[in-house]
Amino acid sequence: MIPELGHFTLILALLLAIAQAVFSLGGAARRHAGWMAAGRSAVVGQFVFVALSFAALTYAFVQRDFSVLYVATNSNSELPTFYRVAAVWGAHEGSLLLWSLSLAIWSLAATALSGSLDLPFRSRVIGILGLISIGFLLFMLTTSNPFERLVPAASDGNDLNPLLQDFALAIHPPILYMGYVGFAVAFAFACATLLEGRLDAAWARWTRPWTLAAWLCLTIGIALGSWWAYYELGWGGWWFWDPVENASFMPWLAGTALIHSLAVTEKRGLFKSWTLLLAVTAFSLSLLGTFLVRSGVLISVHAFATDPARGIFILGFLTAVIGGALLLYAWRAPQLKSSAGFEVTSRESFLLFNNAFLVAALGLILLGTLYPLFMDALELGKISVGPPYFELVFLVPMLPLLALLGVGMHAAWKRGLLSGARNRLLAIGGTALVVSLVAGAAVYGEIRPLTTIGFALALWVMGSSLAILVARLRARLPIPGAVLGMVIAHFGVGVSTLGITGVQSFKIEKDVALAVGEAATVADYDFRLTALRDVKGPNFLAVEADVVVSRAGQQVTILHPQKRLYNSGGNPMTEAGIEVGAGRDLFAALGDDLGQGRWSLRLQYKPLIRYIWLGALLIALGGGIAAFDRRYRRRAESTVAATEAAATTGRR
Amino acid sequence: MTPRRKRLFAVLAIVAGVAAATALAMLAFEDNLLYFYNPSQVKAGEAPNDRTFRIGGMVTEGSLQRTEGTLKVSFVVTDYRESIPVHYEGLLPDLFREGQGVIAHGRLTGAGEFVADEVLAKHDENYMPPEVAESLHMPTPARSSE
Repeated sequence: MIPELGHFTLILALLLAIAQAVFSLGGAARRHAGWMAAGRSAVVGQFVFVALSFAALTYAFVQRDFSVLYVATNSNSELPTFYRVAAVWGAHEGSLLLWSLSLAIWSLAATALSGSLDLPFRSRVIGILGLISIGFLLFMLTTSNPFERLVPAASDGNDLNPLLQDFALAIHPPILYMGYVGFAVAFAFACATLLEGRLDAAWARWTRPWTLAAWLCLTIGIALGSWWAYYELGWGGWWFWDPVENASFMPWLAGTALIHSLAVTEKRGLFKSWTLLLAVTAFSLSLLGTFLVRSGVLISVHAFATDPARGIFILGFLTAVIGGALLLYAWRAPQLKSSAGFEVTSRESFLLFNNAFLVAALGLILLGTLYPLFMDALELGKISVGPPYFELVFLVPMLPLLALLGVGMHAAWKRGLLSGARNRLLAIGGTALVVSLVAGAAVYGEIRPLTTIGFALALWVMGSSLAILVARLRARLPIPGAVLGMVIAHFGVGVSTLGITGVQSFKIEKDVALAVGEAATVADYDFRLTALRDVKGPNFLAVEADVVVSRAGQQVTILHPQKRLYNSGGNPMTEAGIEVGAGRDLFAALGDDLGQGRWSLRLQYKPLIRYIWLGALLIALGGGIAAFDRRYRRRAESTVAATEAAATTGRR
Repeated sequence: MTPRRKRLFAVLAIVAGVAAATALAMLAFEDNLLYFYNPSQVKAGEAPNDRTFRIGGMVTEGSLQRTEGTLKVSFVVTDYRESIPVHYEGLLPDLFREGQGVIAHGRLTGAGEFVADEVLAKHDENYMPPEVAESLHMPTPARSSE
């Protein structure tokens, strides 16, 4: 009964989404206030029904209703309650429902908080969000209904993939999807602007906090995914350049470019059509990412084509959304002229470089991700693009980006770099280089060019971010949220760079065969296997090892890596034992019984790896602080384009 | 600068940027495209002898051999027409199992055996590596003549 209600509310949500799109867009075109009001009510209704539908599916999971196919496939009676809830979005159908719920939440928020916008514009935004929602709900109802019954009901479920039975991965999809879907708001703003054919500073000011909010969710989602891959996939890597990872990283790069380009559009009224194009791109890549991961196209291009209903719908929907938006762009963007000059060393010009490098990296990653799919689809051979490709094409644009970032923050709008800032920056840059040389030699005992550059850039970005705060405090200037957010986020970029440089330069990974009592040395740490025992978890059995780590005769820690076998069957799972430290992680994963009392173990020394995720959290925190800057909450004088002129005179 | 010259500069900058990106992509593609071959193709001499590639197929039942107490393993990869022995030293992934699909990365020895530096299995336990699934369903081994 409950699953049927869930199905029914989903159909109602679709009808309301149609109403939302038709009344909002039609009302805006005909300037009919009643229609536009009806469109807004439909947003609320749609949210209620999607939420009810989501609740129904969650209820089916919690109640272990194995007469529902999706529940029977993705959970099992022994699965703890927390993971039964997380299993709702553990596979294709449920994650689409989560996607729709995120969209409903964003739509509701955008509708509730856009009261001060020009009414027809606001309605167009709501209408476009409705169109996107129609696509997703229709896709779910016609090809991927999560409420489909299983007749006869299964006596027990198949279980959630053990890899997904983990806290970070349970909360990873909702946060990631809030990020993906959040770009829909920026997308809808961009399309509404193109429909109206005018763009003023108020538009950019309105779009910025929404974009920042979506982008910060995406940042946290990606960091969680990376952290999970590190400790749960068992082998200690933190980024694999896997298509699934690239699918979330590409919208992030586009979103990062967008928030920077929006700054120029708001402050100086420049880059208008470019900003709109980025808004369209960020959401298009989110859609592409969702479908790459969830449609099975990555597993096999041909398998994807053998399920024609899903495949054709996906291609059709992508074409409609991306193609429609680009056509609208081609038609209307030429009307949005921006004509103002700026100096070569002005902030505009640095942000232009920021966008150029980010988009270059994005394009090259997109090429590497899609190239194997095209080759395969065209029967030109089976290839894959190795991580070294991605490392190279990402590194090359990022080095100049980081170098320019430190200067760009100190450049004034329009005029360029002031002489006071110039001396300060020279001092910071020089210090960063010297410290990185000395520290590299002192701590790690060797000097390598790329490592030195990496550490120097990290320190340079951190130092020059902090210098903004110092300069403002000295001049007794106020520090608004936008500036504080920028400083924290950029400081976080430096912290992540530090971590990436450290771990990529000095990590040590060693596969060894040890019997109880034997030891192996990694870096200057001694890993001794002292015991092996059987342990029993709630729904698994495991072999657990004690690995005593010591350094210079002093015991540092005891690691407890496990090899788990879940009761529901399937393959064994590796749970790594990790000791977290400020300067390094020590990592042990248990492999197989090799005979003669020996077990295989993977031992690792990972310097500075924590800073990668710490930096990502700082980036997200900075985004959050900037999004809540007070000036975004001021009621926007959306019709007064004159604010643009006022905004250009002062530094941020 | 006149607006016209400005536009010229902008266009030149974009062209230069795109050219640089393309050059970078070509350079990065050069060594990092990994080709996939099944055992029949390897037996037919299509796989390169001088560079690394990926081989995939099913692990033959009963073919897994360990040198007791060490990390050295060997197994046979088959596509049910031809088989290639694979040698590896290191940890096998959790999803590795006899009778299931596998992909190994490495190079061919003169003796027609494969020495792997990496053995891959994907995340999902029901998941057969796509290249393997397809090469097993290929009607004739000769299609690869293209």
